[in-house]
Order: sequence, then structure tokens, then C-alpha cells
Amino acid sequence: MHRSGMISIWFFVGVLLLAYGVLIFGAGLYGLSHPPQVVLADLHAGIWWGLLLILLGAIYSIRFSPWRNK
Amino acid sequence: MPLLPAIFMQSGSRLVSLSSVDLAIIILYFVAVLGIGFYLKRYTKTGEDFFLAGREMTAWIAGLSFLAANLGSLEMMGWAGAAYQYGILATHWYWIGAIPAMLFLGLVMMPFYYISKTHSVPGYLKLRFGDSSGTLAAVCFGLMTVLMSGINMYSMALVLNVVLGWDISFSIWASSITVAIYVFLGGLLSAIFNEVLQFVLIWLGALLISIIGLIEAGGWTGMVARIKHNFPGQDFTHLWSTLGSFGDNPMGIHWIGIVFGLGWVISFGYWTTDFLVVQRVLAAKDLRAAKMAPVIGAGFKMLVPFIVILPGLLALAVLPEHLVGQDQVGVSGSHSYNEVLPLMLARYCGPGLLGLGITALMAGFMSGMAGNVSAFATVWTYDIYRPFFRKAAPDAHYVSVGRWCTLLGVLVSIGTAYFVMQFHSIMDYVQALFSFFIAPLFGTVLLGMLWRRATPAGGFWGLLSGTLSAIGLWAWVKISPDALQYVALSPKAKDMAENMYRALWSWIVCVLVTVVVSYLTRPKPVEELTGLVYGYTKLPSESDVPLYQRPIFWAGVIAIAFVILNIIFW
Repeated sequence: MHRSGMISIWFFVGVLLLAYGVLIFGAGLYGLSHPPQVVLADLHAGIWWGLLLILLGAIYSIRFSPWRNK
Repeated sequence: MPLLPAIFMQSGSRLVSLSSVDLAIIILYFVAVLGIGFYLKRYTKTGEDFFLAGREMTAWIAGLSFLAANLGSLEMMGWAGAAYQYGILATHWYWIGAIPAMLFLGLVMMPFYYISKTHSVPGYLKLRFGDSSGTLAAVCFGLMTVLMSGINMYSMALVLNVVLGWDISFSIWASSITVAIYVFLGGLLSAIFNEVLQFVLIWLGALLISIIGLIEAGGWTGMVARIKHNFPGQDFTHLWSTLGSFGDNPMGIHWIGIVFGLGWVISFGYWTTDFLVVQRVLAAKDLRAAKMAPVIGAGFKMLVPFIVILPGLLALAVLPEHLVGQDQVGVSGSHSYNEVLPLMLARYCGPGLLGLGITALMAGFMSGMAGNVSAFATVWTYDIYRPFFRKAAPDAHYVSVGRWCTLLGVLVSIGTAYFVMQFHSIMDYVQALFSFFIAPLFGTVLLGMLWRRATPAGGFWGLLSGTLSAIGLWAWVKISPDALQYVALSPKAKDMAENMYRALWSWIVCVLVTVVVSYLTRPKPVEELTGLVYGYTKLPSESDVPLYQRPIFWAGVIAIAFVILNIIFW
């Protein structure tokens, strides 16, 4: 999609993943002191999955930023 | 973390409870999809924009959207449950039941759809066989699509009721109003943008279940050992080796049914003629992108079992309870097969991750619903409204009709959802009706594209007789269940086999009638077949394109991976 002035869909994806990453990472940190009642809670999946989302979100937000591509 | 909020939880029992962070994730999702719809309205001015997203999509966007539109329609929940019930055999619906057809669509059929500049599959039939075939296809497709959308809507509301305790009416209205708004505003462009977003969320929300599940089960080997321990004497982990006889596998099916019924007729019928998915590819920016999009979709489709089938298999290995069929839930007090995905989600995902997983489920449902609604609006506007109600109106008029059709489609879907709520059995009938039409349609479109001698009368009578024969076979088994042994060629055949063989017979009837009637009637002049039929359509050469950019190259790579995967899990 290269219509003039249109923001790339990947930018929207990046921003949403970034927001989700922050929320999930934060919930994962909270889980260190209040472990959730799930199987394999000691893996702290929320922390590393949140970090993955933050990383992916940041890459897509920056790479497809409408300001960067102007 | 506090549990929120009472408005969503009007039912007594539920599988999981959401925390505030989960709810924030879900609300953010709704804000994002609506925001995209409002943003794209300014780019949706012409009919080409609204109905075909301006034909500007890259192969990647069209390919991911093509797959996301299919991932809706109860795919994730239903097939995860089927994996628990039938084991790895459910993977056939993702591999042999999809990959060859998707590659065939990209390499063989897409050029005819794209070069003919049609807006829809019924539109292609109209060009190739005339008004009668095109109108028959348009009316059946439009009606079935909007009914299916209602069934999916109700099913999603039911899932959210069982999993989260949300009120069914609240779920139906919240999801349908959201879809109506963003498709009304941005048409197919908005639907495609949101489908790409939904595709990413589905993967990121569901993949974690498989990863943590494999860790718990001790990898693939550990999982297989546990399944054998939990279900002694049953084989849930082989794709082909148990298909030599109807009685050797939990699905009660033979490899001939899988290969020719599923792998040929049903799969090719769905992936190459169902306008819901084909519309996404028609939005590609050029022919090479249109050919590449289904190939990209096939690559991802091959991986979907890792987020849908694998959780079902892992549930066989790790869940302490044995799940049961839907009809036994009330009697045994156990959970049903269909709840396997939320059960696994609740097993592994704490606050935040649970919200992401639930969002993935909702994204799946909503992408399917948007696919149905946008396809309905296109077929109604271009294939029914324009030829029968107002032939030569300004482009802006058709865009306006398309927008209102979107709302109409959503309203009919909501009505269907409430109707289904009162009469549950109607779901089976409507889903069966949809399947009646797809297999013969594939016969008609295939002959139309590849056989110059096929005539308008042949196309129409073939399509009609194939559809009627499917209905006849279905009614025969419904009235006399013993007839199944004749339809599916074995007394040991089960329901799944009936679907395969019914599709196969109806396709054969369609092809035979089309051929016979075509030889008895006058063909269209050659000049009217240009751009529509193999041999009369000039296909652009790709000799100046590097090998790694050619669709045929990547189709070959995917075909090889497909064969290897089938051998590994034989």
C-alpha cells in the first residue's frame, strides 16, 4: 500500500504491540510478587513475552513511522 | 489485581476471569480497529476503493488478509476441539485440505480472475457464462454469506459467554457494531487493514499456549508418550498411517475421502471460488502480487496447526480431565472439546497474557465477520443491485449502496444470530447449505477457465444440477441414515466422510452435466472469451523477473515443505 500520505498498516501494528508489550510486561513484573495461579508460573512468561512485544512493537513503530518516512 | 467489571459478567459460570490489565488490552483492541476505520474513510472515495481497496495491496498485505479472513469462522476454537477429538488428523484441513488449492489459485486461476477485471467470483461467472449463472451464484453466495456471518456472530457470543460469562446480547451487539462501523467507513480497505492487525494478534496471542504446553509436556516426544499413556490403544499422532480403513481412525474416514473429497473438491471449491477469500487477492496491486498473495497465504496456512492443532494435542497430554462432546456436557459435568483452547489459555496465561489470548480469539471472529460483510456488500451491489435495479448510476451511488449494504448485512446477521439462538439446529442446516454450493461452483469455474468449449447453458445447468444433487444426497441421509453407507461407500463411514463424498459426487455431477450440455449447445464466440479462458488469454511473461521473486519459485518451496511435513508426521 503506497498511497500518498497514507500511514502504513505496519505502523498501527507496531504501536498496538508496543502498548500491549508495556501492559503485559508490567503485569509480568507484578506477578513476581503476586504469582498468578497458572501452570509453570515460575517461567514468568508475561515478562519475556511482554519484552518480545515491546521489541517487535518498537521496531515496527520506528521503521514504519509516518514522520520518519516523510 | 481486581477483577473487572460487573457489566460484562452477567452469567453465573465462566472458565476464566479477567483482570483490569486484560480488560485494558481488549478495550485497546476495539479502539485500534475503530481508529483504523475512521482514519481510512478519507481514502475510500471511489467504488474501486470501497469494494477492492483501490487494487493497491502488496502481495504480503493481500496474502495475510486472505488468510486472516479464513481464520475467523470458528476456525481456531473448532479445529482445536477437533484436534482433541480426532488427534492430528485435523491437520489435514490445514495441509492437504488447503495448501494445494491455495497454490493452484495463485498460479492457475488468479490470472483469469485478475485479468478479467471482475469485482467478484459471481461477476466472473457472469462474464464467462452469462447472467443466469452469475445471478444464481450471486444470490446463493449473498444469502449464505450473511447467514454464516450471523451464525459466527452467535457462536462468538456463546464462546464469550462460556469463557468469560459475558452476556450474549452484549457480545453480539458490541462486536457487530464495531465491525459495521469500520467496514462502513473504509470498506474493503479497512477490512484488509484490520485483518492484517488481527492476523498478528492471533499469532502472538495463541502461540504462547503451544510454547508453554510443549515445555510442560516435555517436547513433542514427551507429548506423544503422555497421550499414549492417557489414551491407551488409540492413535492420535499419525496423519496418514491410520487412514487405510474407515475403522482404524477416530474420524471414521478413508484416505480416498481425504485426498479426493477434502483435498480436491472441498478444498479447491472453498479456496478458489469462495469470494470471501478471493476478494482479498483481487485487491492486489498487480498480477504478480495477486499470484503471490495466495502463495504467501499458503506458507502461513501451513504453520497454523502449530497454534490451533497443537494446543488440542497438548490438551490430550496434559489436561487432568477428559473432555467430552457438546451433547454430553450437561450429563457428565465435564468441559466440551470446543472449550479446549480457552482451557489451555486459562492453564498457562496469567494477567495480561490472558487478555492477549482472548483478544486473539475475538480478532479471529471479527476478521471472519468483516470478511463476510464486505464480500456480501460487493456481491449485492455489483452482481444484484447494479444489473437488476440501477444499471448506469454514478460511481458514488454504488459506494453509497455498498455502505448501506454493509449495515444491512450486519443487521441481517444480527437477526440470524438471534434466530439461531432460538433454533440451534438451524446452524447445521445453514452450514450444510453453504457446502452444497461450493463444490459444484468449483466445477463450473474450473471448466469455465480451462475449457473453451464450455457453453453458457452448460455452465448454468451444471451448477444447478450439482447443487441439487448435493441437496438430494444430504436429504437422503437425513431421512434415511442407512443411506450413508451408499453415499460414502462404506458401512463404517461417519459424518465427516459423508461431507467428503457428498462434495465429490456433486462436483462430478456438475462436471458431467456441464460437459454433456456444452456439447449439445452453441459455444460463445472466441472474441467473447478473451481474458476469461485458458488459450484465449494472454498471460504476461515473468522471464524478466528474478527467480526468487517469481510466484512459481515460492510455490515450489512451499510444495516441498508440504511434502516433507506430511512425511514427518505420516
